[in-house]
Amino acid sequence: MKRRFLTMLSLLFLGILVSGALSAQGIRVTGKVTDAEDGSALIGVTIQEKGTTNGTISDVNGNYSLTVAPAATLAISYVGYAPQEVAVNNQTTVNISLAIGELRLQEVLVIGYGTARKEDLTGSVQAVNSENFNPGIVSSPQEMVIGKMAGVQITTGGGAPGEGATIRIRGGSSLKASNDPLIVIDGVAVDIDGPSGMRNPLSTINSNDIETFTVLKDASATAIYGSRASNGVVIITTKKGTKGQPFTVNYTGSVSVSTPVEYVDVFSASEFKKIISTKYASQPAVQALLGSSETNWQKEIYRTALSNDHNINFSGGLKKFPYRVSLGYTNQDGILKTDNLERLTGAVNITPSFFDDHLKLELNVKGMNIDNVFANRGAIGAAVAMDPTQARDFVWLTPTGTPEFTATMNPMIQLSDRKDISTVNRFLGNFTAEYKLHFFPALKAKLNLGLDKSHTEGSINIPRDSYLSYSTLVGKGEKTVYEQNKTNSLLDFYFDYNGEFGGHSRVNFVAGYSWQHFYRDGSTVRTTKYHETVFENSEDKTENYLISFFGRLNYILKDKYLLTFTLRDDGSSKFSPETRWGLFPSAAFAWNISKENFLSNSNLISNLKLRLGYGITGQQNITDNNYPYQANYTFAQPGGYYPFGDRYVQVARPDGYDAGLKWEETTTYNAGLDYGFLKDRINGEIDVYYRETADLINEIPVPAGTNLTNFITTNVGDLINKGVEFSINANVVSKADLSWDLGFNATYNVNEITKLTAVDDSTYQGVATGGIGGGTGNTIQIHSVNYPANSFFVMEQVYGSNGKPIENLFVDRDGDGIISTSGDKYRYQKPAPTVLLGFSSMVEWKNFDFSFNGRVSLGNYIYNNINSGQGAYAYMANTNYLQNKVRNLEYTQFETIHYFSDYYVENGSFMKLDNIALGYNFNNVGGEKLKMRVYATAQNLFMITKYSGLDPEVFSGIDNNIYPRPRTFLLGISLTY
Amino acid sequence: MKPGYYKISAAVILLSVFFTACIKDLDTIPLDKDVYTSEKLYQDFNNYEKVIAKVYAGLALTGQKAPDGDQDILGLDEGASQYTRALFNVQELPTDEAICGWGDADLQDYNTMRWSSSNTYVANMYYRIIYQVSLANEFLRESTDSKLSERGFSAEQKAIINAYRAEARWLRAFSYYHAIDLYGAAPFVTENDKVGAFLPKKASRTELFDYVESELLAIENELKAPRTNEYGRVDRAAAWMVLAHLYLNAEVYGKGAKYNETVTYAKKVIDAGYELEDNYSKMFGADNHLAKGIIFAIPFDGTLTKSWGGTTFLVNAAIGGSMTPADYGTGANWGGLRLRPEFVGKFPTDNSDKRKKFYTNGQTLSISTISDFSNGYACIKWTNKTSTGVAGSNSTHADTDLPVYRLADAYLMYAEAVLRGATNGTAAEALGYVNQVRDKAYGNTSGRITLAQLTLPWILDERAREFYWECHRRSDLIRFGQFSGGTYVWQWKGGVKDGQATDAKFDLYPIPDSDLGANPNLKPQNTGY
Repeated sequence: MKRRFLTMLSLLFLGILVSGALSAQGIRVTGKVTDAEDGSALIGVTIQEKGTTNGTISDVNGNYSLTVAPAATLAISYVGYAPQEVAVNNQTTVNISLAIGELRLQEVLVIGYGTARKEDLTGSVQAVNSENFNPGIVSSPQEMVIGKMAGVQITTGGGAPGEGATIRIRGGSSLKASNDPLIVIDGVAVDIDGPSGMRNPLSTINSNDIETFTVLKDASATAIYGSRASNGVVIITTKKGTKGQPFTVNYTGSVSVSTPVEYVDVFSASEFKKIISTKYASQPAVQALLGSSETNWQKEIYRTALSNDHNINFSGGLKKFPYRVSLGYTNQDGILKTDNLERLTGAVNITPSFFDDHLKLELNVKGMNIDNVFANRGAIGAAVAMDPTQARDFVWLTPTGTPEFTATMNPMIQLSDRKDISTVNRFLGNFTAEYKLHFFPALKAKLNLGLDKSHTEGSINIPRDSYLSYSTLVGKGEKTVYEQNKTNSLLDFYFDYNGEFGGHSRVNFVAGYSWQHFYRDGSTVRTTKYHETVFENSEDKTENYLISFFGRLNYILKDKYLLTFTLRDDGSSKFSPETRWGLFPSAAFAWNISKENFLSNSNLISNLKLRLGYGITGQQNITDNNYPYQANYTFAQPGGYYPFGDRYVQVARPDGYDAGLKWEETTTYNAGLDYGFLKDRINGEIDVYYRETADLINEIPVPAGTNLTNFITTNVGDLINKGVEFSINANVVSKADLSWDLGFNATYNVNEITKLTAVDDSTYQGVATGGIGGGTGNTIQIHSVNYPANSFFVMEQVYGSNGKPIENLFVDRDGDGIISTSGDKYRYQKPAPTVLLGFSSMVEWKNFDFSFNGRVSLGNYIYNNINSGQGAYAYMANTNYLQNKVRNLEYTQFETIHYFSDYYVENGSFMKLDNIALGYNFNNVGGEKLKMRVYATAQNLFMITKYSGLDPEVFSGIDNNIYPRPRTFLLGISLTY
Repeated sequence: MKPGYYKISAAVILLSVFFTACIKDLDTIPLDKDVYTSEKLYQDFNNYEKVIAKVYAGLALTGQKAPDGDQDILGLDEGASQYTRALFNVQELPTDEAICGWGDADLQDYNTMRWSSSNTYVANMYYRIIYQVSLANEFLRESTDSKLSERGFSAEQKAIINAYRAEARWLRAFSYYHAIDLYGAAPFVTENDKVGAFLPKKASRTELFDYVESELLAIENELKAPRTNEYGRVDRAAAWMVLAHLYLNAEVYGKGAKYNETVTYAKKVIDAGYELEDNYSKMFGADNHLAKGIIFAIPFDGTLTKSWGGTTFLVNAAIGGSMTPADYGTGANWGGLRLRPEFVGKFPTDNSDKRKKFYTNGQTLSISTISDFSNGYACIKWTNKTSTGVAGSNSTHADTDLPVYRLADAYLMYAEAVLRGATNGTAAEALGYVNQVRDKAYGNTSGRITLAQLTLPWILDERAREFYWECHRRSDLIRFGQFSGGTYVWQWKGGVKDGQATDAKFDLYPIPDSDLGANPNLKPQNTGY
């Protein structure tokens, strides 16, 4: 069905293709395009008859020919050069010489409610556009900008197809509320949670459709988004057709192969046998449990995965209707057997304008249909612990022949018997109308209507008699069916005034109103396979509103002195009428030093701008409850009833609440310097920031007895983030047939909690966090005052003279003579990196291009939960089953498990080469209009780290069998007509 | 003014109207059919039963999704913070009766009597206790006579709700009683405090004693007569049992000897018409709601009332090694809890005492390695099997109810109070009660003792035999001065295999760090922590 839909749409747009190919008549103009500086030929320059769709592109020798009206004007444009217009005036030869443009002058950035020239900005804004995206990324758009921007940390959740990623801009500013940045797609602020049944909310958009990825970092830039801006704002724009653009068809397709890079180091079958037969020599019952097979369980559960991705798009400027239509199909297998993602995306953008551009309309529509098969990730851990001497279909049993539940589950059966699937349909669209008043053209009114609607259907099935279902209800199977609907709507209306005064001052004033509604409902029914027993039958339905008034004033004096003020007043339905409105101001000043007389003629310094900013932003994103200030009662689900005699009463619980809950506020101070040398061939930014979050929305223990729970979401605590960011981009070589660009960025961030309780209490230990695998409710991290959030809270291991940890010997830190986890734990390191470096290189030589990019992360520590849980002889031999262990055991020789030893907190610093890509462009394939590009990329090629586990890049800092990131090789082709 | 400005003005006025309308959108109420605003809920008479049922359910369940999910109290493991599981851990694990082999560090500190104020198991019990107080307060706040009249309920409806109010006060007194016994102090909150940000005052052990005593005496006659309330709800006898325990331990609680009062209330229970159960096992199996001799039990059901604590924990955690779970009506073997050898030694070596429910196949008596399930005898007192041998309704969650107060307890309290000097009871009567308990234990009269044998040390041991794993042991040992210190040591007491003396501070649990940090009124911390 999906493929048929694709075919139909293709046919439809083939029609448009034919009609668009019909073109004008007139005189034939030829000529050569050269570089004004060195006279070398410029290839691929766009030459267009102004005001029409008629145009061409210069060839390898810089030559072009185009038939135009005798009185036409040619518009010439080329990336990195200043655009030019030349009147034809009946000439048949028009040679053009293009000068290198000042890059920054052309750079227009998307900011909140509008766009701005980079030159005019006072805040910290960074953009990556499609040419600079990491290549070879198929279904996780976040990965396209990993390592590209200072101050932005992106960590994927693992190696599954379309896996989600955590984005942190300048460290986390919250403890309990969300630390995710606000994401705005084509002017629609989306709900970062995304629909259920999807691994990554951003996989709604096809990577091929994304034009720019802009990050607003400091308060001056983000404060216009007020309440949701504390963690930065990511603005994604998609590609659109442009006015007068010739009709273009592009097909991009790729195939890729992914393979597991490494396996967790466990004992082989023969080693395992040897240990069991020596260590448990006196226990024949244990010996008898050994099998006779040799199974490498990890090799069994993983595979070489194949994927393919296709995208076709049409764009052009059909008279007043610039348009772009795109269709994509993705089919990705995961390296964990049975894992798969199949996705169909479609996008239509129409950007017509009327009345001499007085009325501009824009319609962006994106649709997506995704089918997921989620492999059972329990198999990842089971494959580590499963006895390697057993056959592939082996199951541990009790003496009476029933499955032994405390034993390791057979990972192959875990994969084959649990069928977890979901289908998500999502529509994301917006319509904008911008009207420039006829009687007062300096003033524009803009209306933006957005809709984000999704529907998820998912199910999890375990067949009857499957061994997996014995633990819940003897062999009756399991069936979970869930559904979710989400509808988020948006209305923005604002005025935008642009004026010039006295020939020296420019003013831009924006004032408007925004209304957003987030709604979702869903249901989950969990039963045995044939509904004999209902485990859960729940429905939920919830909504929240956000209403805002905002304004921004930019004042620019003589292009040198820039002032920006923004103010946003936000009302959230999550707070009580008394506390729901929050006012978020910001102010910033910038000085374009390079425009001063003493620098304006400098050949060396082309740009120097100082930026100073201050602002307050807010946070209300409490993800699990839309009514935290209300006294509400919740009725129990089945199983949560209480009997009064023979009647089972559905109990009603008064939920905890904080009537005084209010906005969390982050104050940011930012100082930055933008620099450019040699006509900006070398450019970059340095920023220093200090962010202080007060009234943290935090889940803290309430004074017992004062509320209807022991932990409440309330405003208590302060935390600070401070850091330095540096970036440099250099166009090292820029010749006609050779160019080389290098990029490098560095981030240093320190996070510290400065207050955690309503009343100062130096003896207060903090809030335990970071649940680990193993034991009951064990946690390994803590939020404590004067320490970074999520610091590891562990026991200090004592080591012998041979450097090995001495079992069960820890430092008695409180000196009470008793070594105990209650008194002797200390805070040791944290999972967030202190320093992040990103580097990239791109070389273009003739028709070849070669690029790579990578990252370095320093000071990020990780708790090796695999070694701590599986690195002891305990539970290796049990009454009814055996368990494999990690090789780390050979070294420690631990008899029992020591979860809290700091021996397991390791330095997770790493360097990764994320991407290498090689491409070749064919300019003349079957006619001059057809261009072809072939490229190959390799991802996750190598890593340098001291970490003993598979991969230290785990956002939480707790490595407990994450889905390993595969190494991927991709071959792609792009055809443009 | 140019015509254009009129248009702008008109537009501005229209927009203001539109904005005002939209701002009302911010007043949201829950859409979920399972979530009610407080105001809406209390309009309906039928909902009062659901709220009082929640106060009861706080003793059995951990949240609004069973067996886990939508937790009542947060930041702690949901199963381990279930009321009676937490109570078992504080009352049994540090004693000679039980030990648990699981790797959780804070739990190991219980096995060895070495906990500190940051121990999460200390917090599990503490927050459950205060949570019960908060639930009861909320019900009492919302069901005052004036509120009921406002809502227009009939006299008949009010009478039903007032009966619930007495039970809510019993439930609050019951939990505050645990605070007296375990922590010796607690934040003092009643229905007169509103929900919100304030710092409750600390109530000392004696202040709490006075409060619990006065509350129980006040509701004594408002509660239904013994054996007349519905199963799962409390009656007057339940109030007498709390009072009897309060008075029996009054010396420990700093109130001086109150053994006459103990006798008074034990006797009221004894005379209320209860009978002892003949079949000891029946009181701890899947159909124990039919067993005799139980004054109040917390009900569980494998399908309708389930959590990861309660009897599910007591049954499953005690099964491991070569035991077959199906023999005990369950499908799960969590392999954690066993008995310590000193307790095993309190029973005769033969099987004449039928209360001796041990599993010894493949188990050693002595415990060399705590984490090894085969070290220490296993305990099969708690099962999910009916008295006729049928397994419970669910293969993981037990149907077995958890008896909190039994008639045998009243008998033994009477006897102890008399031995400790009560003047309103007689040794002969005490001996009669004790021998009734012995007759049921042995199934005949061979277990009877003489008046000379009826001594305080004998009572302590008999309480162990009768009530082991029923959450009484720690309090009993403290009353006899044998819990902390070195008078009586057992394996792993103090963290060494053969046991050693411990600090007297362990007679009280510390107030958890988290509450001491949140509420400075609670300082100073209990002595020694």
